[in-house]
Amino acid sequence: MSLTDQLLAQNTVKLDSKIPAGPMADKWNSYKDNMKLVNPNNKRKFKVIVVGTGLAGASAAATLAELGYQVDAFTFHDSARRAHSIAAQGGINGAKNYKGDGDSIHRLFYDTVKGGDFRAREANVHRLAENSVDIIDQMVAQGVPFAREYGGLLDNRSFGGAQVSRTFYARGQTGQQLLLGAYQQFSRQVGLGGIRLFNRTELIDVVVIDGHASGIVVRDLVTGELQSHAAHAVVLATGGYGNAFFLSTNAMSCNVTAAWRAHRKGALFANPCYTQIHPTCIPQSDDSQSKLTLMSESLRNDGRVWVPTNPNETRPAHEVPENERDYYLERLYPSFGNLAPRDISSRAAKRAVDKGLGVGAKKNGVYLDFADAINRLGRDVVEERYGNLFEMYERIAGENPYEQPMRIYPASHYTMGGLWVDYELMTNIPGLYAAGEANFSDHGANRLGASALMQGLSDGYFVLPYTIGNYLAPMLNKSIPGTDHPEFKAAEEAARLRFNGYLSAGGTKSPDYFHRELGKIIWDYCGMERTEEGLTKALSDLPALYEEFKTDLRVTGSGENMNQTLEKAGRVDDFFQLGILMCKDALDRQESCGGHFRAEYQTEEGEALRDDENYCHVSAWQWGGDAMKPNLNVEKLEFEEVHLATRSYK
Amino acid sequence: MSHNLKNITLKIWRQDGPQAKGNFETHIVDEITDEASFLEMLDILNDKLIHDGKEAVVFDHDCREGICGTCSLMIDGQAHGPQRGTATCQLHMRQFQDNAVITIEPWRAAAFPLIKDLMVDRSAFDRVIESGGYITADTGGAPDANLIPIPKPIADAAMDSAECIGCGACVAACPNGAANLFTGAKIAHLSRLPQGQAERFSRVESMVETMDDHFGSCTNHGECEAACPKEISIDVIALMHKDYRKAKFVNRKDLARK
Repeated sequence: MSLTDQLLAQNTVKLDSKIPAGPMADKWNSYKDNMKLVNPNNKRKFKVIVVGTGLAGASAAATLAELGYQVDAFTFHDSARRAHSIAAQGGINGAKNYKGDGDSIHRLFYDTVKGGDFRAREANVHRLAENSVDIIDQMVAQGVPFAREYGGLLDNRSFGGAQVSRTFYARGQTGQQLLLGAYQQFSRQVGLGGIRLFNRTELIDVVVIDGHASGIVVRDLVTGELQSHAAHAVVLATGGYGNAFFLSTNAMSCNVTAAWRAHRKGALFANPCYTQIHPTCIPQSDDSQSKLTLMSESLRNDGRVWVPTNPNETRPAHEVPENERDYYLERLYPSFGNLAPRDISSRAAKRAVDKGLGVGAKKNGVYLDFADAINRLGRDVVEERYGNLFEMYERIAGENPYEQPMRIYPASHYTMGGLWVDYELMTNIPGLYAAGEANFSDHGANRLGASALMQGLSDGYFVLPYTIGNYLAPMLNKSIPGTDHPEFKAAEEAARLRFNGYLSAGGTKSPDYFHRELGKIIWDYCGMERTEEGLTKALSDLPALYEEFKTDLRVTGSGENMNQTLEKAGRVDDFFQLGILMCKDALDRQESCGGHFRAEYQTEEGEALRDDENYCHVSAWQWGGDAMKPNLNVEKLEFEEVHLATRSYK
Repeated sequence: MSHNLKNITLKIWRQDGPQAKGNFETHIVDEITDEASFLEMLDILNDKLIHDGKEAVVFDHDCREGICGTCSLMIDGQAHGPQRGTATCQLHMRQFQDNAVITIEPWRAAAFPLIKDLMVDRSAFDRVIESGGYITADTGGAPDANLIPIPKPIADAAMDSAECIGCGACVAACPNGAANLFTGAKIAHLSRLPQGQAERFSRVESMVETMDDHFGSCTNHGECEAACPKEISIDVIALMHKDYRKAKFVNRKDLARK
């Protein structure tokens, strides 16, 4: 009996993925044909809370409001336009086959399942590929100024892990343009009264009554006031947890609090160890650095990655002769070359730097060289494609990439793990949904480039508006608990105690200090390469640091007005608990797959070695009352369409 | 190569709330690497303040990649500081010298009431967008994306104005606290595209009038263009005015037909 089957027999929570019957390509249509509907005139009788206004949240809120539901939307930002979806640079995949290069829904589905190293749920991925086509149409209708060719048709480029050109882009600011498109659609509904917007308001707790998600408790960041909001359903579109590493390409405020508070109320957290390290970020320059900046993967279309063959190389890059350069991605993965998937490219960079071949003053990067592209295409074309990225690089690194190669190194960028959801994107708590990066379902153990924007918009525009109706329909004209219910009062009281606790901790160190130390432990032991020894060490270091956090934290100021130190304390507290779970999960998964690389499990060539016999499952963790004692539940992954195979990008 | 800057004096605006009295507070940063960003310098200062039992300086910031538009500092009287086309979060200390004295203030504009210290409320921008800064295309009914070709120069020009990050530097830099560059950028983005034609004249009328409810009037100083971190051209204001005038005729004629 395989480990997966043994674990399955021990599940304490029933994990029904609700995958519709029938052939893969018909499942989503068959779901839509059979789901329950809410009459247009009855939709206004239902209230839906949407937390987060990034791509998934804004598109879900706008669409639900268009349909007629009452929507309350929450963001901790000052405006719904700020969410970190905005920083995505390179593009969004869509299986349009506009290039006639053999793309299709099936191929995008296949690439995504394979890219995820066979740890995603097939049916969800197929639906994502189907929706990708509608997303492009929808965003063009919203006025997103995608790049075009001279004939006026849409332009495409290719991205890592794909052999076709299916990536639509708007200069190096695709995320910005898509988010603004969704934000404008969202704003229209705010103006029309379909959405009530609560800005500078952060989720503090999820309220579950009689097993159903009944609302949330939030904190007004300007006044410190705690408020309860009741609804028929709650959507968490609150992003990923990459800031657990402290240094990451996430925005400073990205945090896990919403997902984590839901987890503590019973929602299972799936595959927390699946984190993505993006291969092309600007290397750390000094110890005071607060974040890392991504350089779009699209740069790998024209940039060539290399390191000098001599570890003691001191000459500037352009003086190093060709035969003393190692274009290691082209050498190791000839058919994908510089466009090998992210996990593979990241580890290859790490191996080069670990061998002492790194470049730059700290020898902590590899070159991404555009000299050939500039010779081949001319500087104008390169500037047209990547001009704003080159400028950004120069502002940060102080070097001109037209004249000398960029220096890049991998950094934490995206988290594939997240709240466990079924086919309807509902967590195991009825009425509580998770969308976008906050859920776990579509990217398996590794996300392909230009797929995050696609998934956020697929969930928000084309999945939730259907599946939420299916949940709400039977609740018509039934009353739901109001905010005067004792559970709301209890959640408010718990939140009050929690924040008062941070204010009165009376220690000496700032929340940032603890975040930085926490991040170092997670990066060192649960980063690009993990070992049993390292993870065991992390699991003794983290609780010790967490204890110190509880006793030696200092939060200045009060809880009655804007206090960013206090906000940070709450977020760091949740990162500690999550960090412990990440390490537990990484230790438990005794195989390598995608972004989870256990040094003990690798091929002779140093590639990830999966164990499909024992680990072809989703690890969904249940809060056990103590961060160190989570309960494991599993969902077995079945592959009907794409046959389990070792990934090869050679 | 990097080096350390020495003896930086910061004069930072502190104000507890919108009704409280504000004042400049002086802090000395003894040494900082020129690789650090301006906001990282403030992080270090805040860590020290917390260590000393004092309240950290409140300021808005998020992505630190110059794209989310959250950061908003008036540095030595210039919105986003001395480097052209650069948001505060992308400003690095290599732009400053040893012994620099740097004054840091919030955006100051009637439409952006102060929340605390260096943080202001820019919700008035959202009100302008809500009044018409969109194309009405409910989810689900969109035609194929390649159905309507858009000439590349048009798409590029639309993108030039769509790049606005909504930071508010244009308003802060304007002696009148006008939001014409912000509003004009959105109008120019949408009205250049074929998809934006159906609502072109209702959009401009509604947005301009909402803008006028919140913000001051434009008197062509051009400070907005100089301060814009995305270097959006003041041409968008001319386009907006032209369409607004035209809208007064077009919209009236349409009404008369009813």
